[in-house]
Amino acid sequence: MAQTPYEVLGVKTDASPDDIRKAYRKLAKQLHPDLNPGKPEAEARFKTVTAAYDLLSDADKRARYDRGEIDESGAERPHYSYRPHAEGAQGWKYGPQGEMDPADLEDLFAMFGSGGMGGARRGRGARGEQFAMPGGDRLYTLTVDFVEAAAGGKQRLSLAPENWLDVTIPPGIEEGQVLRLKGKGDPGIGGGPAGDALIEVHVAPHPYFRRDGDNILVELPVSLSEAVLGARITVPTVTGPVTMTIPKGADSGAQLRLRGKGIHRRGDPAGGDQIVTLKIVIGDSGDAELASFLETWAPKHPADPRRGMVS
Amino acid sequence: MIAFDELLIRYRGLERRDLSRWVENHWVLPERHAETWVFHEVDVARVELILDIRRDFAIDDDAMELVLGLLDQVYGLRRQMRRLCEAVAAQPEEVQDAIRRALPKSR
Repeated sequence: MAQTPYEVLGVKTDASPDDIRKAYRKLAKQLHPDLNPGKPEAEARFKTVTAAYDLLSDADKRARYDRGEIDESGAERPHYSYRPHAEGAQGWKYGPQGEMDPADLEDLFAMFGSGGMGGARRGRGARGEQFAMPGGDRLYTLTVDFVEAAAGGKQRLSLAPENWLDVTIPPGIEEGQVLRLKGKGDPGIGGGPAGDALIEVHVAPHPYFRRDGDNILVELPVSLSEAVLGARITVPTVTGPVTMTIPKGADSGAQLRLRGKGIHRRGDPAGGDQIVTLKIVIGDSGDAELASFLETWAPKHPADPRRGMVS
Repeated sequence: MIAFDELLIRYRGLERRDLSRWVENHWVLPERHAETWVFHEVDVARVELILDIRRDFAIDDDAMELVLGLLDQVYGLRRQMRRLCEAVAAQPEEVQDAIRRALPKSR
């Protein structure tokens, strides 16, 4: 098995940067190829020592090595360890039977209260009190649809077998927002209160809706005749389709506002709007009849749409 | 986050019926999302762990159940121990010193 860079330099794993530098200089002086001509083993060790120093003298690399993310040569490890995940925010999920048996923990923590394990005082504090400790918080992530995030809704979050949380999504929730469900975390120990469930919400992007604060933005394709002649069309909103009028002669890029069709946060009866940006689409490379009409058509009041842009 | 089928592609040697069984056995607990399973990072690491154990130690399902159960207990305890350490670290210097002095020397 390869030596760790700490072993190569002969330092402890908690050595300070200063210690590491000193250890390296000492070895480098002994092993430098210029001082050891014709000694290939010294040269090889010099290279190993230098590589170890390169890794340990870079605080960032050293931290990554310590976490097991890279190996002695600085290469990424092909597998990432399960441990950081097991002990990370989501690791509770794979706790024994989904959650720790509070009785086991009382045993564990009782040791701290009674000055040792066993004996009649087991499970009692120094003053004869039961050792109590609040339960830890649990972090979950939940992905919701764009429309659900905007309009609000309910989601069932499956935690573990036969165990779930019903989560109410408040309207207008934003990416990364954290919902706190009181008392839905780890159970308390020795009568302590339970921890909370913290649910980090991620909002999935939508194919055509976007958000700007409490307003919903949507780019709406309209046909040339709808734009020129005006039309009554059906538009999707986060709370269902509505009918909207396109005024005669609407331009591509024109914005129409559907009042109150955006996000309604609780306690905000007016709510945001939906802002519709028109986009004129010609479709399948235009219609032959339309093309021949335009060829013969001379507008009575010709206007240059690029006036002022080109001098 | 990663979907069921993407996981099968990522890990050669991982078969659909294996992964389905692992989810059924509750060895892996992906998030149920719109008629499909979504695997978070912790779940992916878990799949990798099971794959590693299976490959390196050639153990069957019964033994896997035991191994995962024990591993989960250890990590559960480590999590609790860490919480306790954090609680100790939040105490004033003199309390921390007192705790350190009171810790029996490990043999």
